[in-house]
Amino acid sequence: MTEPLTPVVSMDAITKIFPGVKALDAVHLKLYAGQVTALVGENGAGKSTTVKVLTGIYRPDEGTVRIDGTPVTFTDPNAASDNGITAIHQETVLFDELSVAENIFIGHAPRTRFGLIDRHAMYEAAARLLRSIGANFDPRTRLRHLGIANKHLVAIARALSVDARVVIMDEPTAALSHKEIEELYELIENLKSQGKAILFISHKFDEIFRIADRYTVFRDGAFIDEGLIDDIDRDGLVKLMVGRAVDHIFPTREMTATEDVLQVVGYAHPTEFADIGFTLKRGEILGFYGLVGAGRSEFMQSLFGITKPSKGVCKIKGKIRVIRSPADAISNGIVYVPEDRGKQGAVIGLPIFQNITLPSLGRTSRSGFLRMVEEFALAREYAERLDLRAASLDQDVGQLSGGNQQKVVIAKWLATQPQVIILDEPTKGIDIGSKAAVHEFMAELAAQGLSVIMVSSEIPEVIGMSDRVIIMRDGRIVAEVAGDEMQPDVLVRHAAGIGEMSQLEDA
Amino acid sequence: MLSRLIPVRETILGAAILALLLLIASRFSGFVAPANLLNVFNDTAPLIILALGQMVVILTRCIDLSVAANLALTGMAVAMLNVAMPGLPIPVIIAVAIGLGAVMGAINGLLVWKLMIPPIVVTLGTMAVFRGIIFLISDGKWVNAHEMSDAFTGFPRAVILGLPVLSWVALLTVAIFGIMMSRTALGRSIFAVGGNPDAAVYTGIDVGRVKFLAFVLSGALAGLTGYLWVARYAVAYVDIAGGFELEVVAACVIGGISIAGGIGSVGGAVLGALFLGVIKNALPVINISPFWQLAISGSAILIAVAFNARSGKTKGRIILKSAEASE
Repeated sequence: MTEPLTPVVSMDAITKIFPGVKALDAVHLKLYAGQVTALVGENGAGKSTTVKVLTGIYRPDEGTVRIDGTPVTFTDPNAASDNGITAIHQETVLFDELSVAENIFIGHAPRTRFGLIDRHAMYEAAARLLRSIGANFDPRTRLRHLGIANKHLVAIARALSVDARVVIMDEPTAALSHKEIEELYELIENLKSQGKAILFISHKFDEIFRIADRYTVFRDGAFIDEGLIDDIDRDGLVKLMVGRAVDHIFPTREMTATEDVLQVVGYAHPTEFADIGFTLKRGEILGFYGLVGAGRSEFMQSLFGITKPSKGVCKIKGKIRVIRSPADAISNGIVYVPEDRGKQGAVIGLPIFQNITLPSLGRTSRSGFLRMVEEFALAREYAERLDLRAASLDQDVGQLSGGNQQKVVIAKWLATQPQVIILDEPTKGIDIGSKAAVHEFMAELAAQGLSVIMVSSEIPEVIGMSDRVIIMRDGRIVAEVAGDEMQPDVLVRHAAGIGEMSQLEDA
Repeated sequence: MLSRLIPVRETILGAAILALLLLIASRFSGFVAPANLLNVFNDTAPLIILALGQMVVILTRCIDLSVAANLALTGMAVAMLNVAMPGLPIPVIIAVAIGLGAVMGAINGLLVWKLMIPPIVVTLGTMAVFRGIIFLISDGKWVNAHEMSDAFTGFPRAVILGLPVLSWVALLTVAIFGIMMSRTALGRSIFAVGGNPDAAVYTGIDVGRVKFLAFVLSGALAGLTGYLWVARYAVAYVDIAGGFELEVVAACVIGGISIAGGIGSVGGAVLGALFLGVIKNALPVINISPFWQLAISGSAILIAVAFNARSGKTKGRIILKSAEASE
């Protein structure tokens, strides 16, 4: 394959900083006409941020985006599509109540002389576009009546309707069946032959090796490597993705207790997960690893009683318990610190002490009336244990910094004196210093005999903190590893379902 | 400190009411005589009671537009009950009124909780249904003063320690709600559900159930007010308190209860109701057309909302600042 002269799009040293995290750190990415470039990286490597920079949703803090070698600045998403860059997102953004044609042309519909929408021209053009991608349905159909795969075709048609030169596909196969994926491959080949540059983001190695011409690897927001797919094999790509060793010091812990605290058997949900079963020991940290969408959080929410599983029992300290609501879970000693702490954590508007005592009101009240003294005592105890920095405990929690708000949320759960604490992505979006503090604290909790379930997508954290790791893929537990087996490439292989390796292990 | 934000808001509203009273006193000094002020309070009592119920509902991010219709239906029902059985003691009448109101509130609550219909739609619907039922049970006829028993009409006007019972009921309701909101798990849950429903779920609070209970409380107070209203004015008919629900919501909004839920206080609701009460009673006295009353209450709502929106924004800015500082 010959090297084309100028890439259609190139990102040079693009940096994007969010409060507390560098999402992209001087990354490079080049897309060439008529070629598919696969962007590879773990969760949190910066792939989605890259897409948002390219489509004008985020503006980079440093660096330049060039189109045909000319620097451009996208002030808004329209600017990107005017330059021929278009994206098909993970979750398609379409309007159920509009017709297929209206969805395709919303924002840039053909106009009549009087400035009204030229419906006739719009339906014609839509039909043409749909035919070109092999979609055989009427553009007058309401989108609501289409299945998910056809909706995807509409999204693709929409992407092409702006006369795109660059098509970004972010996990395009996530919701598709096997046959539909084959059709998508054909479509991509078709687009390639039309000379479009394609950015293909996927976790699935089969797909990458099937469809991509080039690869670019990101890790933790940094550019790692790029090259031609023909020059690399799966193992090489996995190595680039996960990097070498764990470069962050994790607290050393010793696990001694062997008493089973929680036993989960046969948890299943009609759409999200199936056959989930494991045992959790006292004082243990159990990691849950998997790709985004593997069903980890969905299962945890079900264990906590927020969604109801269709099947499954759990045994807490040897007794079978039915958990149907978060209140049941809390009274059985299970608490859940959700991933989106902003939305699901602190109650802004309530003072700190009331946030802390919210799940423990039963303990701080006498004959139905809350006792301020006890509430304050309880809040003070846990605020001190977590070294919460606040002027006073009756301050509104909204005035605290993000890190301190998080402490309030954790204090709230510890105040219920749980036996099992589920931490969902406990260090997502926080800086390195705070991460170390959270890890330290988790180790401390485990040492005090609390059992911790940690859902995390960060491999170093999973390996550094966990005593055992359970790996989930497509809603099922695919492996459980402990000790020396906990290696980055082992986790990635299981999570991504890389064929040969799992066969080797089974043998 | 900003943690005193809510009391600050109440102080400003209190000051606004005082300024209003001074302004009125400069035109007609008789208005601020203690006896007249007590009259104004007594006249505002139904609004205060209903505003407290509405406050609880609004705090949970809902709204109850059916309060006035609930009041009218309960009022008609107890008036007819009184006509049919004049001997029925007043405590029984009150219990029936509260119970009937609570049942209607529970209907709203169940529709919001179990069928997850938006509260504004539910209560708009039940508002019409309740008014319709009044017509059906009364055949559109009035129940007049001479048909009601003396005990029935006399109760809200009976004077205890210088205050009519109607005023006492309002004071008692304020006290009960004050304690409930600050000192019970339900009160705390109401704030949590409105402040951050997602977090409330994770805390083990059943959000739907709390909303349901808020509607039951609002309904019960509407029922209680229904009896007091009909007895005080000694008449019951289909259109009693027509449009009053909007005044109740207005009192809450002026009192600083955030229509987005989670923020508000008993004191605020009471002051909001008193503000409207003062305007309503004062304007006729100083010869200002009652139509100005509408314009003035309307302006007060807009000013209150603008003020609350501004204080909300300041809060946001401070979060960011401290987040920046902590880095």
